This record gives sequence, structure tokens and C-alpha cells, in this order.
Amino acid sequence: MPQFDFSTFPSQILWLVITIFALYLVMTRMAIPRLAEVLDQRQKMMDDDLEQAERLKSQTEAAIAAYETALAEARAKAHAEIRAVTEAADRATAERTAEVNARLAVQIKDGETRIVKARDAALANVREVAATVAQGIVSRLAGLSLDTKRVDGAVATALKEHGR
Amino acid sequence: MASPVEQFTIKPLVPIHVAGIDLSFTNSSLMMVAAVLLPATFFWFATARRTVVPGRLQSVAEILYEFIANMIRDNVGKEGMKYFPYIFTLFVFVFLGNMIGMLPYSFTFTSHIAVTAALAVAIFIVVTIIGFAKHGTHYLRMFFPHGAPLATAPILIPIELISYLSRPFSLSVRLFANMTVGHIMLKVLAGFVVALGIVGGLMPFAVVLGITVLEFFIAALQAYVFTILTCIYLNDALNMH
Repeated sequence: MPQFDFSTFPSQILWLVITIFALYLVMTRMAIPRLAEVLDQRQKMMDDDLEQAERLKSQTEAAIAAYETALAEARAKAHAEIRAVTEAADRATAERTAEVNARLAVQIKDGETRIVKARDAALANVREVAATVAQGIVSRLAGLSLDTKRVDGAVATALKEHGR
Repeated sequence: MASPVEQFTIKPLVPIHVAGIDLSFTNSSLMMVAAVLLPATFFWFATARRTVVPGRLQSVAEILYEFIANMIRDNVGKEGMKYFPYIFTLFVFVFLGNMIGMLPYSFTFTSHIAVTAALAVAIFIVVTIIGFAKHGTHYLRMFFPHGAPLATAPILIPIELISYLSRPFSLSVRLFANMTVGHIMLKVLAGFVVALGIVGGLMPFAVVLGITVLEFFIAALQAYVFTILTCIYLNDALNMH
């Protein structure tokens, strides 16, 4: 077998050493640095992208939190304002009602006083008119001239009978 | 019909004789040069553009790189990564040597014991030096495992020593024998195709076809085995066992 022809060994080993050293140089000077560069670049890019994604995510979360705080604040403020306005309106209504009620009470009282007065006056007049009418009727029908005092007494009795 | 081992004949292309020693540039040397120029060209074009999203060639180059890097990480560990350029070079050289041999009319330089033995002995010496450099005389514990009873020393130490010293032998013979036998088998079967003619030759032709596929597989596998064993020896030297 040619494999055991020892005269070819020095040549084979020499060229093996030369070529494998050349390949080593090719790999270490060209192939490996270039591949390492592109792999590093990719790794770095992925890390950067992930980092950016992380950052954007935290920003989004912060924005959402801020938005929710603002929303809650606005809602609370709106509630407070509504309550304040409602209370003010209620108070104003109550005040106006009280005022109007007071005025009406005064007016009612005045009216009642006036009515009482007018009734009293009317009643007094009724008695007088009744006496005069009675006296007139008696003088016309009977031709009698009655004593004013007796007529008044009779009118008073008649009114009492009618419950007035 | 030519002898099946004729394909392994080393033919000088440029005769060089220095002090009576034959250092001729031979067909073997030519294929070794091809095993340098081919990957050099391949890696040059594959990594010419260096895009973040790799093209086809760049993907292949990256897969090769990651393949060897993972092999070292898995078998040696992180500290083995400083030997990455050597292992990568070794794998590419042996792989190309085996693959170039599959081309008709070419020559398989890895089918020569001189080449595989030179590689294996170089690996053995370097690994042993690394072992002693890292562990000093403690590296001798390789030959006597921890926890073994002292009485077993007379048996264990020779066994461990022989297994350690046989590494370059097994490493070189495994590659050389696989390559040689595969090529002899192809040659013999191909000879049958010629001898049996067009009709009778169909059967051996089909077999040759199958064996050729198998030989491609073996060419890749043996390059892998050669490299991974180097990694395992390196791991023993760095981390002991």
C-alpha cells in the first residue's frame, strides 16, 4: 500500500504543516474575525432592540399610570364640583323658600287681620242696617214709630237666634 | 484493471529534494492546498457583506462557526473557547480533506497514515503540554483516579497510561482506516460495474451509488469525530476527569 511508503512521509508532513498553518492564518485573520463581528453585531442589535422594547414598555406603563391618575383626579374634582354646585343650589333654594314662606306668612297674617276687621265692620253694619230696615218696615207696615233701643234689642236677639 | 490501492499513490508534481530528502510537491500536497483555498474562498465570499440578516452562504458559514463553538462549549466549557481557532481550523481542514477525496480523479490526503498520524501526534503533544501547564505534576493524577484504593495502583496506572498513550494511535488510525477502506470499497465495486458490462453492471452500479452516499456521510462524520475527540482530550487536559 502506498500509505506505508515511508519515502513519501517527509513530503506529506511538510506540506501538511505548511497548508494547515496557511489555513490557520486564513481562519484567524479573515474568517473568524468576520464571523465573530457579524455574530456580535447581531447579538448587540438584538440586545439593543430588547432594551429599547423594555424602555418603551416601561414608558407606556408610566404613561398609562399617569393617565389613570389624571383621570381619577379629574373625576374626583368633577364630583367635588358637582357636589359644591348642588349644595349651593340646595342652599339657595332653601333660602328662597324660607324667604318666600316668611313673606307669604306675613301676607296671610295681614290678609287674615284685614278679613277679620272687614267682617267685624260688616257685622256691625249688618246690625245697624238690620235695625234701620226693621224700623223702616215696622213704620211702613204698622205705622208705628219704634224706639231705637227696642229695635236694636230685637235685632240682637234675632242675630243670636241665627247664630251670628 | 488497476489495483484498488493505486488511487492512494503519491505522485510528485514538482520534485523538490533537500539534502537527499524527498519534499516534492505532490498530488497530496495539491489537495491540501485546495483544502486551504476552498475554505478561504468560501469564507471570503460568505462573509463579504456581513449582513445582520444572513444570506445563504453567510448562513452556512455561521452554522459552521456555531457548530464548532457549541461543540467546544459542550465538551470543554467556556475556557475551551480560547482554542476555538485551532479546533475550527482542524475541523475545516479534515472535513475538506475528506470531502475533496469524494471527487472523482482527486486524492484523499486524509487516507494517508502519515497525515492523520502527524495531526494526531501534534494534538496529543499540545494537549499534554496544556495539561501539565495548567495542573503541573498534579496532571499525573490522570493516571490514577481519585478514590481508587492504593492497592489497585499497579493495575490502574499501566491501564490508564496505555489508554492515554494510545490516543494518538486510535485517533489517527480511525480517520486513515475509514477513508482508505471506503475508497477501496468504492474502487472494487466500481470495478465490478466495468467487468460485468452494461446489463450485469447495473446491480453493482446501484450499490456503488448507495456506498457513495454513505461515503459522503462517513467523510463528514469522521471529520466530526476527529474534532470532537480533540475536544474531549482538551477537556481532560483542562478539567481532568
